[in-house]
Amino acid sequence: MTVAENPIGQAVVWINDPLNWTNPGGMLDRLGEHLTISALAVALGCLVAWPLGLWLGHTGRGGGLVVLVSNATLAIPTLALLTILPVVFSSGFGRTPVVVALAVFAVPPLLANAYTGVLQADPEARDAARGMGLSGGQLLRRVELPLAVPYLAAGFRTAAVQVIATAALASFVNGGGLGEIIRTGFGLGIAGGGGQIVAGGVLVAGLALVAEVVLGVVERLVTPRPLRRGRQRAGQPRPADATGRA
Amino acid sequence: MSFRLSYRADPGNPWFSWQYVRDNSDTILAAVREHASLTGRAVLIAVLIALPLSVLAYWVRPLAGPILAVSGVVYTIPSLALFAFIAPYLGTGTTTVLVGLVLYALLLIVRNVVAGLNQVPPEVGEAAMGMGYGRWRRLFRIDLPLAVPGILTGLRLATVSTVALVTVGVLVGHGGLGQLIFAGFQNNLYKAEIMTGSVLCVALAVVLDLLLVLVARLVTPWTTRRAR
Repeated sequence: MTVAENPIGQAVVWINDPLNWTNPGGMLDRLGEHLTISALAVALGCLVAWPLGLWLGHTGRGGGLVVLVSNATLAIPTLALLTILPVVFSSGFGRTPVVVALAVFAVPPLLANAYTGVLQADPEARDAARGMGLSGGQLLRRVELPLAVPYLAAGFRTAAVQVIATAALASFVNGGGLGEIIRTGFGLGIAGGGGQIVAGGVLVAGLALVAEVVLGVVERLVTPRPLRRGRQRAGQPRPADATGRA
Repeated sequence: MSFRLSYRADPGNPWFSWQYVRDNSDTILAAVREHASLTGRAVLIAVLIALPLSVLAYWVRPLAGPILAVSGVVYTIPSLALFAFIAPYLGTGTTTVLVGLVLYALLLIVRNVVAGLNQVPPEVGEAAMGMGYGRWRRLFRIDLPLAVPGILTGLRLATVSTVALVTVGVLVGHGGLGQLIFAGFQNNLYKAEIMTGSVLCVALAVVLDLLLVLVARLVTPWTTRRAR
Protein backbone atom coordinates (compact mmCIF):
# COMPACT_ATOMS: atom_id res chain seq x y z
CA MET A 1 0.00 0.00 0.00
CA THR A 2 1.22 3.44 -0.78
CA VAL A 3 -0.98 5.22 1.68
CA ALA A 4 0.87 8.19 3.07
CA GLU A 5 1.90 7.80 6.66
CA ASN A 6 1.63 11.35 7.89
CA PRO A 7 -1.71 13.17 8.20
CA ILE A 8 -0.76 15.84 5.68
CA GLY A 9 0.02 13.24 3.03
CA GLN A 10 -3.27 11.52 3.81
CA ALA A 11 -5.04 14.85 3.51
CA VAL A 12 -3.58 15.41 0.07
CA VAL A 13 -4.73 11.94 -0.95
CA TRP A 14 -8.20 12.59 0.43
CA ILE A 15 -8.56 15.94 -1.32
CA ASN A 16 -7.35 14.43 -4.60
CA ASP A 17 -10.09 11.83 -4.60
CA PRO A 18 -12.75 13.19 -6.97
CA LEU A 19 -15.48 11.25 -5.18
CA ASN A 20 -14.80 13.24 -2.04
CA TRP A 21 -15.74 16.32 -4.03
CA THR A 22 -18.89 15.18 -5.76
CA ASN A 23 -20.38 12.58 -3.41
CA PRO A 24 -23.51 13.50 -1.47
CA GLY A 25 -22.01 15.09 1.63
CA GLY A 26 -18.81 15.70 -0.30
CA MET A 27 -16.83 18.89 -0.31
CA LEU A 28 -18.99 20.77 -2.84
CA ASP A 29 -22.20 19.85 -1.02
CA ARG A 30 -20.76 20.93 2.31
CA LEU A 31 -19.31 24.13 0.89
CA GLY A 32 -22.72 25.03 -0.53
CA GLU A 33 -24.39 24.36 2.83
CA HIS A 34 -21.73 26.31 4.66
CA LEU A 35 -22.09 29.36 2.43
CA THR A 36 -25.90 29.23 2.45
CA ILE A 37 -26.11 29.04 6.22
CA SER A 38 -23.53 31.78 6.66
CA ALA A 39 -25.11 34.13 4.12
CA LEU A 40 -28.56 33.75 5.67
CA ALA A 41 -27.17 34.29 9.16
CA VAL A 42 -25.24 37.43 8.20
CA ALA A 43 -28.26 38.79 6.33
CA LEU A 44 -30.47 38.20 9.34
CA GLY A 45 -27.88 39.80 11.61
CA CYS A 46 -27.69 42.89 9.38
CA LEU A 47 -31.45 43.17 9.27
CA VAL A 48 -31.60 43.32 13.06
CA ALA A 49 -28.37 45.04 14.02
CA TRP A 50 -27.95 47.79 11.44
CA PRO A 51 -31.28 49.62 11.90
CA LEU A 52 -30.93 49.33 15.67
CA GLY A 53 -27.30 50.45 15.69
CA LEU A 54 -27.92 53.36 13.33
CA TRP A 55 -30.89 54.52 15.34
CA LEU A 56 -29.05 54.23 18.66
CA GLY A 57 -26.10 56.11 17.21
CA HIS A 58 -28.42 58.77 15.76
CA THR A 59 -30.09 59.40 19.09
CA GLY A 60 -26.76 59.01 20.89
CA ARG A 61 -28.37 56.73 23.45
CA GLY A 62 -27.89 53.08 24.25
CA GLY A 63 -24.10 52.93 24.38
CA GLY A 64 -24.47 50.74 27.45
CA LEU A 65 -26.78 48.39 25.58
CA VAL A 66 -24.26 47.96 22.77
CA VAL A 67 -21.49 47.10 25.21
CA LEU A 68 -23.80 44.77 27.10
CA VAL A 69 -24.75 42.87 23.95
CA SER A 70 -21.10 42.49 22.98
CA ASN A 71 -20.07 41.25 26.41
CA ALA A 72 -23.01 38.90 26.77
CA THR A 73 -22.46 37.15 23.47
CA LEU A 74 -18.77 36.86 24.26
CA ALA A 75 -19.63 34.70 27.26
CA ILE A 76 -22.22 32.50 25.56
CA PRO A 77 -20.66 29.39 24.07
CA THR A 78 -21.62 28.90 20.44
CA LEU A 79 -22.24 25.24 21.12
CA ALA A 80 -24.82 26.09 23.79
CA LEU A 81 -26.84 28.35 21.49
CA LEU A 82 -26.57 25.91 18.59
CA THR A 83 -27.96 23.18 20.81
CA ILE A 84 -30.61 25.16 22.67
CA LEU A 85 -32.24 27.07 19.80
CA PRO A 86 -33.25 24.03 17.74
CA VAL A 87 -34.92 22.55 20.81
CA VAL A 88 -36.73 25.81 21.55
CA PHE A 89 -37.95 26.21 18.00
CA SER A 90 -38.99 22.56 18.21
CA SER A 91 -39.06 22.51 14.44
CA GLY A 92 -36.48 19.79 14.49
CA PHE A 93 -32.90 20.42 13.50
CA GLY A 94 -33.58 22.17 10.23
CA ARG A 95 -31.72 25.11 8.82
CA THR A 96 -33.61 27.90 10.62
CA PRO A 97 -32.44 27.44 14.21
CA VAL A 98 -28.82 27.12 13.11
CA VAL A 99 -29.12 30.31 11.07
CA VAL A 100 -30.68 32.15 14.00
CA ALA A 101 -28.01 30.91 16.39
CA LEU A 102 -25.24 32.07 14.07
CA ALA A 103 -26.99 35.41 13.48
CA VAL A 104 -26.83 36.05 17.22
CA PHE A 105 -23.05 35.99 16.97
CA ALA A 106 -23.09 38.31 13.96
CA VAL A 107 -25.04 40.98 15.82
CA PRO A 108 -22.38 42.42 18.18
CA PRO A 109 -19.82 43.52 15.57
CA LEU A 110 -22.58 44.81 13.26
CA LEU A 111 -24.32 46.66 16.07
CA ALA A 112 -21.18 48.13 17.62
CA ASN A 113 -19.84 49.38 14.30
CA ALA A 114 -23.15 50.85 13.14
CA TYR A 115 -23.46 52.62 16.49
CA THR A 116 -19.88 53.92 16.48
CA GLY A 117 -20.10 54.82 12.80
CA VAL A 118 -23.01 57.19 13.29
CA LEU A 119 -21.77 58.47 16.62
CA GLN A 120 -18.37 59.45 15.26
CA ALA A 121 -19.83 61.46 12.36
CA ASP A 122 -18.29 64.92 12.30
CA PRO A 123 -20.42 67.10 14.62
CA GLU A 124 -19.81 70.06 12.34
CA ALA A 125 -21.26 68.21 9.36
CA ARG A 126 -24.23 67.34 11.53
CA ASP A 127 -24.67 70.95 12.62
CA ALA A 128 -24.37 72.16 9.05
CA ALA A 129 -27.02 69.69 7.94
CA ARG A 130 -29.33 70.79 10.75
CA GLY A 131 -28.69 74.40 9.77
CA MET A 132 -29.72 73.58 6.21
CA GLY A 133 -33.02 72.43 7.64
CA LEU A 134 -32.64 68.67 7.35
CA SER A 135 -34.97 66.69 9.56
CA GLY A 136 -33.71 63.95 11.86
CA GLY A 137 -34.49 61.23 9.34
CA GLN A 138 -32.91 63.15 6.48
CA LEU A 139 -29.84 63.83 8.60
CA LEU A 140 -29.46 60.14 9.31
CA ARG A 141 -30.03 59.11 5.70
CA ARG A 142 -28.06 61.80 3.87
CA VAL A 143 -25.23 62.67 6.26
CA GLU A 144 -24.67 60.20 9.05
CA LEU A 145 -25.28 57.03 7.05
CA PRO A 146 -22.77 57.85 4.27
CA LEU A 147 -20.20 58.84 6.88
CA ALA A 148 -20.78 55.56 8.70
CA VAL A 149 -20.21 53.39 5.63
CA PRO A 150 -16.57 52.53 6.46
CA TYR A 151 -17.66 51.35 9.89
CA LEU A 152 -20.58 49.39 8.51
CA ALA A 153 -18.23 47.67 6.08
CA ALA A 154 -15.73 46.88 8.82
CA GLY A 155 -18.50 45.45 10.96
CA PHE A 156 -19.80 43.42 8.06
CA ARG A 157 -16.40 41.90 7.44
CA THR A 158 -15.86 41.03 11.09
CA ALA A 159 -19.35 39.57 11.38
CA ALA A 160 -19.14 37.57 8.17
CA VAL A 161 -15.77 36.04 9.02
CA GLN A 162 -17.03 35.30 12.50
CA VAL A 163 -20.15 33.57 11.16
CA ILE A 164 -18.22 31.56 8.58
CA ALA A 165 -15.88 30.38 11.33
CA THR A 166 -18.74 29.62 13.68
CA ALA A 167 -20.76 27.81 11.04
CA ALA A 168 -18.20 25.01 11.22
CA LEU A 169 -19.64 24.20 14.65
CA ALA A 170 -23.09 23.61 13.18
CA SER A 171 -21.82 20.12 12.45
CA PHE A 172 -22.07 19.30 16.16
CA VAL A 173 -25.84 19.49 15.86
CA ASN A 174 -25.89 17.89 12.40
CA GLY A 175 -26.49 21.30 10.84
CA GLY A 176 -24.30 20.64 7.82
CA GLY A 177 -21.46 22.75 6.52
CA LEU A 178 -17.78 22.04 6.12
CA GLY A 179 -17.45 21.14 9.79
CA GLU A 180 -19.18 17.86 8.95
CA ILE A 181 -16.06 16.73 7.09
CA ILE A 182 -13.97 17.19 10.22
CA ARG A 183 -16.58 15.54 12.41
CA THR A 184 -16.84 12.56 10.08
CA GLY A 185 -13.05 12.30 10.16
CA PHE A 186 -13.02 12.21 13.94
CA GLY A 187 -15.75 9.60 13.77
CA LEU A 188 -13.34 7.40 11.82
CA GLY A 189 -10.65 7.87 14.43
CA ILE A 190 -7.32 9.67 14.14
CA ALA A 191 -5.59 6.73 12.49
CA GLY A 192 -8.21 6.19 9.80
CA GLY A 193 -9.60 9.68 9.41
CA GLY A 194 -6.49 11.78 10.03
CA GLY A 195 -6.27 12.82 6.41
CA GLN A 196 -9.93 13.76 6.25
CA ILE A 197 -9.65 15.69 9.52
CA VAL A 198 -6.75 17.76 8.24
CA ALA A 199 -8.41 18.21 4.84
CA GLY A 200 -11.57 19.48 6.53
CA GLY A 201 -9.47 21.79 8.65
CA VAL A 202 -7.78 23.19 5.55
CA LEU A 203 -11.17 23.82 3.91
CA VAL A 204 -12.69 25.51 6.95
CA ALA A 205 -9.61 27.62 7.64
CA GLY A 206 -9.15 28.44 3.97
CA LEU A 207 -12.74 29.61 3.60
CA ALA A 208 -12.41 31.87 6.65
CA LEU A 209 -9.15 33.38 5.42
CA VAL A 210 -10.48 33.89 1.88
CA ALA A 211 -13.57 35.57 3.30
CA GLU A 212 -11.38 37.83 5.42
CA VAL A 213 -9.25 38.87 2.44
CA VAL A 214 -12.12 39.31 -0.03
CA LEU A 215 -14.26 41.27 2.40
CA GLY A 216 -11.21 43.35 3.32
CA VAL A 217 -10.97 44.36 -0.35
CA VAL A 218 -14.71 45.06 -0.47
CA GLU A 219 -14.38 47.15 2.66
CA ARG A 220 -11.69 49.24 0.96
CA LEU A 221 -13.71 49.62 -2.21
CA VAL A 222 -16.88 50.87 -0.56
CA THR A 223 -14.97 53.32 1.61
CA PRO A 224 -14.73 56.71 -0.08
CA ARG A 225 -11.11 57.70 -0.55
CA PRO A 226 -11.04 60.58 1.96
CA LEU A 227 -12.50 58.33 4.64
CA ARG A 228 -9.97 55.54 4.22
CA ARG A 229 -8.08 55.16 7.39
CA GLY A 230 -4.39 54.58 6.97
CA ARG A 231 -2.92 51.28 7.94
CA GLN A 232 -4.16 50.34 11.36
CA ARG A 233 -1.66 51.55 13.86
CA ALA A 234 0.04 48.63 15.55
CA GLY A 235 -1.76 47.51 18.65
CA GLN A 236 -4.78 49.67 18.07
CA PRO A 237 -7.69 47.37 18.63
CA ARG A 238 -10.67 48.09 16.46
CA PRO A 239 -13.91 48.40 18.41
CA ALA A 240 -15.39 45.38 16.70
CA ASP A 241 -12.55 43.11 17.59
CA ALA A 242 -13.88 42.41 21.01
CA THR A 243 -15.91 39.55 19.66
CA GLY A 244 -15.54 35.98 20.71
CA ARG A 245 -14.10 33.45 18.38
CA ALA A 246 -15.77 30.17 17.68
CA MET B 1 -57.86 11.18 33.50
CA SER B 2 -57.79 9.52 36.81
CA PHE B 3 -54.59 7.58 36.30
CA ARG B 4 -52.54 10.60 35.30
CA LEU B 5 -49.43 10.67 37.42
CA SER B 6 -48.53 13.97 38.96
CA TYR B 7 -45.23 14.39 37.13
CA ARG B 8 -46.90 13.66 33.83
CA ALA B 9 -48.74 16.96 34.08
CA ASP B 10 -45.49 18.43 32.87
CA PRO B 11 -43.91 16.65 29.92
CA GLY B 12 -40.92 14.94 31.45
CA ASN B 13 -38.16 16.99 29.87
CA PRO B 14 -37.91 20.36 31.63
CA TRP B 15 -35.17 22.89 30.94
CA PHE B 16 -34.30 23.17 34.61
CA SER B 17 -34.28 20.17 36.89
CA TRP B 18 -32.85 19.96 40.37
CA GLN B 19 -33.42 16.27 40.11
CA TYR B 20 -30.88 16.12 37.31
CA VAL B 21 -28.39 18.34 39.10
CA ARG B 22 -28.65 16.28 42.29
CA ASP B 23 -28.40 12.92 40.56
CA ASN B 24 -25.43 13.93 38.45
CA SER B 25 -23.55 16.23 40.78
CA ASP B 26 -20.35 14.20 40.35
CA THR B 27 -20.37 14.45 36.58
CA ILE B 28 -21.26 18.13 36.69
CA LEU B 29 -18.55 18.94 39.21
CA ALA B 30 -15.98 17.04 37.18
CA ALA B 31 -17.03 18.98 34.08
CA VAL B 32 -16.80 22.31 35.91
CA ARG B 33 -13.40 21.35 37.24
CA GLU B 34 -12.10 20.36 33.82
CA HIS B 35 -13.52 23.53 32.32
CA ALA B 36 -11.97 25.79 34.94
CA SER B 37 -8.64 24.01 34.85
CA LEU B 38 -8.42 24.16 31.05
CA THR B 39 -9.31 27.85 31.10
CA GLY B 40 -6.85 28.64 33.87
CA ARG B 41 -3.97 26.75 32.31
CA ALA B 42 -4.63 28.15 28.82
CA VAL B 43 -4.78 31.77 29.99
CA LEU B 44 -1.72 31.34 32.19
CA ILE B 45 0.37 29.85 29.39
CA ALA B 46 -0.94 32.47 26.98
CA VAL B 47 0.12 35.26 29.35
CA LEU B 48 3.57 33.74 29.81
CA ILE B 49 4.06 33.70 26.04
CA ALA B 50 2.25 36.96 25.30
CA LEU B 51 4.11 39.23 27.72
CA PRO B 52 7.62 38.66 26.29
CA LEU B 53 6.17 38.78 22.79
CA SER B 54 4.49 42.12 23.48
CA VAL B 55 7.64 43.58 25.02
CA LEU B 56 9.54 42.44 21.94
CA ALA B 57 6.97 44.14 19.71
CA TYR B 58 7.24 47.26 21.87
CA TRP B 59 11.02 47.42 21.87
CA VAL B 60 11.67 46.35 18.30
CA ARG B 61 9.12 48.39 16.36
CA PRO B 62 9.66 46.62 13.01
CA LEU B 63 8.59 43.37 14.66
CA ALA B 64 5.29 44.78 15.92
CA GLY B 65 3.57 44.52 12.54
CA PRO B 66 4.53 40.89 11.84
CA ILE B 67 3.79 39.71 15.38
CA LEU B 68 0.31 41.22 15.31
CA ALA B 69 -0.30 40.06 11.74
CA VAL B 70 0.63 36.44 12.46
CA SER B 71 -1.49 36.27 15.60
CA GLY B 72 -4.28 37.92 13.63
CA VAL B 73 -4.17 35.20 11.00
CA VAL B 74 -4.19 32.49 13.66
CA TYR B 75 -7.19 34.23 15.22
CA THR B 76 -9.05 34.13 11.92
CA ILE B 77 -8.69 30.36 11.65
CA PRO B 78 -11.83 28.77 13.10
CA SER B 79 -11.29 26.80 16.28
CA LEU B 80 -12.66 23.62 14.77
CA ALA B 81 -10.07 23.80 11.98
CA LEU B 82 -7.31 24.56 14.46
CA PHE B 83 -8.22 21.52 16.54
CA ALA B 84 -8.35 19.51 13.33
CA PHE B 85 -4.79 20.54 12.51
CA ILE B 86 -3.45 19.77 15.97
CA ALA B 87 -5.32 16.59 16.82
CA PRO B 88 -3.68 14.22 14.31
CA TYR B 89 -0.30 15.10 15.84
CA LEU B 90 -1.07 15.50 19.54
CA GLY B 91 -3.88 12.98 19.77
CA THR B 92 -7.23 13.48 21.43
CA GLY B 93 -6.03 14.53 24.85
CA THR B 94 -6.24 17.77 26.77
CA THR B 95 -2.98 18.93 25.16
CA THR B 96 -4.75 19.45 21.86
CA VAL B 97 -7.45 21.56 23.47
CA LEU B 98 -4.89 23.49 25.47
CA VAL B 99 -2.74 24.36 22.45
CA GLY B 100 -5.79 25.60 20.56
CA LEU B 101 -7.00 27.70 23.47
CA VAL B 102 -3.57 29.22 24.04
CA LEU B 103 -3.25 30.25 20.40
CA TYR B 104 -6.56 32.11 20.58
CA ALA B 105 -5.95 33.76 23.93
CA LEU B 106 -2.54 34.84 22.70
CA LEU B 107 -3.82 37.36 20.16
CA LEU B 108 -6.24 39.04 22.54
CA ILE B 109 -3.56 39.45 25.18
CA VAL B 110 -0.73 40.50 22.85
CA ARG B 111 -2.90 43.08 21.13
CA ASN B 112 -4.06 44.65 24.37
CA VAL B 113 -0.65 44.58 26.06
CA VAL B 114 0.99 46.23 23.04
CA ALA B 115 -1.77 48.84 23.03
CA GLY B 116 -1.22 49.36 26.76
CA LEU B 117 2.53 49.75 26.33
CA ASN B 118 2.07 52.16 23.44
CA GLN B 119 -0.16 54.31 25.59
CA VAL B 120 2.66 55.02 28.03
CA PRO B 121 3.35 58.73 27.54
CA PRO B 122 6.75 59.20 25.86
CA GLU B 123 7.62 62.01 28.30
CA VAL B 124 7.39 59.58 31.19
CA GLY B 125 9.74 57.18 29.45
CA GLU B 126 12.15 59.98 28.64
CA ALA B 127 12.05 61.23 32.20
CA ALA B 128 12.94 57.74 33.38
CA MET B 129 15.82 57.56 30.92
CA GLY B 130 16.97 60.97 32.13
CA MET B 131 16.97 59.66 35.68
CA GLY B 132 19.38 56.99 34.52
CA TYR B 133 16.95 54.10 34.24
CA GLY B 134 18.20 51.30 32.04
CA ARG B 135 16.02 49.50 29.56
CA TRP B 136 14.96 46.68 31.89
CA ARG B 137 14.46 48.89 34.91
CA ARG B 138 12.34 51.23 32.83
CA LEU B 139 10.29 48.27 31.60
CA PHE B 140 9.53 46.89 35.04
CA ARG B 141 9.22 50.18 36.94
CA ILE B 142 7.57 52.41 34.34
CA ASP B 143 6.22 50.76 31.21
CA LEU B 144 4.63 47.58 32.55
CA PRO B 145 2.98 49.21 35.59
CA LEU B 146 1.50 51.90 33.37
CA ALA B 147 0.33 49.25 30.90
CA VAL B 148 -1.49 47.29 33.60
CA PRO B 149 -4.97 48.46 32.51
CA GLY B 150 -4.27 47.22 28.98
CA ILE B 151 -2.88 43.94 30.28
CA LEU B 152 -5.93 43.38 32.43
CA THR B 153 -8.32 44.21 29.58
CA GLY B 154 -6.57 41.62 27.46
CA LEU B 155 -6.71 39.14 30.30
CA ARG B 156 -10.44 39.65 30.78
CA LEU B 157 -11.24 39.30 27.08
CA ALA B 158 -9.01 36.24 26.81
CA THR B 159 -10.52 34.60 29.89
CA VAL B 160 -14.14 35.12 28.91
CA SER B 161 -13.66 33.96 25.34
CA THR B 162 -11.56 31.00 26.47
CA VAL B 163 -14.35 29.83 28.77
CA ALA B 164 -16.73 29.87 25.80
CA LEU B 165 -14.18 28.25 23.53
CA VAL B 166 -13.40 25.30 25.81
CA THR B 167 -16.74 23.80 24.76
CA VAL B 168 -15.40 23.19 21.26
CA GLY B 169 -13.01 20.72 22.91
CA VAL B 170 -15.95 18.33 22.71
CA LEU B 171 -14.53 17.41 19.34
CA VAL B 172 -11.67 15.59 21.03
CA GLY B 173 -13.62 14.59 24.11
CA HIS B 174 -12.33 17.25 26.49
CA GLY B 175 -14.84 20.05 26.34
CA GLY B 176 -15.50 20.55 30.06
CA LEU B 177 -19.09 21.76 30.33
CA GLY B 178 -19.39 21.46 26.56
CA GLN B 179 -19.31 17.74 27.25
CA LEU B 180 -22.61 18.08 29.14
CA ILE B 181 -24.19 20.19 26.41
CA PHE B 182 -23.17 17.75 23.72
CA ALA B 183 -24.16 14.68 25.74
CA GLY B 184 -27.55 16.27 26.34
CA PHE B 185 -27.95 16.79 22.62
CA GLN B 186 -27.05 13.21 21.84
CA ASN B 187 -29.07 11.90 24.76
CA ASN B 188 -32.39 12.50 22.99
CA LEU B 189 -32.29 16.24 23.67
CA TYR B 190 -32.07 15.99 27.43
CA LYS B 191 -32.93 19.63 28.07
CA ALA B 192 -31.86 19.75 31.71
CA GLU B 193 -28.40 18.52 30.83
CA ILE B 194 -28.02 20.98 27.94
CA MET B 195 -29.25 23.90 30.03
CA THR B 196 -27.17 23.04 33.09
CA GLY B 197 -24.02 22.89 30.99
CA SER B 198 -24.81 26.17 29.23
CA VAL B 199 -25.78 28.08 32.34
CA LEU B 200 -22.74 26.91 34.28
CA CYS B 201 -20.54 27.86 31.36
CA VAL B 202 -21.87 31.41 31.23
CA ALA B 203 -21.76 31.60 35.02
CA LEU B 204 -18.11 30.55 35.04
CA ALA B 205 -17.28 33.26 32.51
CA VAL B 206 -19.12 35.90 34.52
CA VAL B 207 -17.51 34.84 37.80
CA LEU B 208 -14.00 34.85 36.35
CA ASP B 209 -14.64 38.21 34.69
CA LEU B 210 -15.84 39.74 37.94
CA LEU B 211 -12.80 38.33 39.73
CA LEU B 212 -10.55 40.01 37.19
CA VAL B 213 -12.47 43.29 37.50
CA LEU B 214 -11.87 43.08 41.24
CA VAL B 215 -8.17 42.42 40.69
CA ALA B 216 -8.06 45.37 38.29
CA ARG B 217 -9.65 47.61 40.94
CA LEU B 218 -7.11 46.51 43.51
CA VAL B 219 -4.08 46.78 41.25
CA THR B 220 -4.98 50.06 39.57
CA PRO B 221 -6.83 52.14 42.14
CA TRP B 222 -6.13 55.29 40.11
CA THR B 223 -8.39 54.26 37.21
CA THR B 224 -11.52 54.14 39.34
CA ARG B 225 -10.64 57.37 41.13
CA ARG B 226 -10.31 59.16 37.81
CA ALA B 227 -13.63 57.81 36.60
CA ARG B 228 -15.50 59.62 39.37
